[in-house]
Amino acid sequence: MSSRRSRQSSGVPRITDDQIIELVSKLRQLLPEIRDRRSDKVSASKVLQETCNYIRSLHREVDDLSERLSQLLATIDADSPEAAIIRSLIM
Amino acid sequence: MNPDHHSSLNPSSSLKSRFTKTFLRSLIKINKQRPFPYCPREIFQRCHRVKTAADKSLARAAGSRRVWSRAMLCKIRNRSLRRGCQQRPSVRRIIIGYQTTKKGYCLQKKMSDDQEVGTDQASKLRKLVPGGEAMDLCSLLDEAAHYIKCLNTQVQVMRRIADIHSS
Repeated sequence: MSSRRSRQSSGVPRITDDQIIELVSKLRQLLPEIRDRRSDKVSASKVLQETCNYIRSLHREVDDLSERLSQLLATIDADSPEAAIIRSLIM
Repeated sequence: MNPDHHSSLNPSSSLKSRFTKTFLRSLIKINKQRPFPYCPREIFQRCHRVKTAADKSLARAAGSRRVWSRAMLCKIRNRSLRRGCQQRPSVRRIIIGYQTTKKGYCLQKKMSDDQEVGTDQASKLRKLVPGGEAMDLCSLLDEAAHYIKCLNTQVQVMRRIADIHSS
């Protein structure tokens, strides 16, 4: 335990700034708004903010879609043939 | 590495197919259990079950190598354990211990002024990504990127299923 603790304070690989910049730019590629703007001057904090907003909007979409699906579930009669159709269409 | 029988060059397509298969199976199961919910409470419960099934299928399809998928599955399992009124504190302790010690430590990296990455925003992001509290900043950004990719797939597939069934 103590050896692990001392290893943590001295031998921990420092997170380099380059790594963070690389990860931030990777995130930037995924965000639709920033990607379309094509400017290199987007700050890292803006990227984080947009990431949070995007994740929140995706969560909301999932909630809406699951509500819609739960209402539609009652209208499904024969499940297996339709499920096979869906699988073939999507994949 | 890839458990699918047909090898796919594009990893996101196999994620999509794994998610679709698992999610459809759970939808059919939900429909069989209670085909016609007639009171608002049951309707709400069914909606919640669909959402949980979607999250669980996504986490399973993403694989256990990602921290966020493991954290999401643990959360769902804990919730179902609590609901079943099985008071098993030892199980919960093990799961929490696994989550926080997996990365070994929880770093709050002190950013220099020219870094521009606010710890405030990082903490907001930690709350949104499952398992984000126990990650250092580097892993948090990495996991967030993968999480967004998987969420996109989830939304795409669910929208397709809803469109097919509503037409």
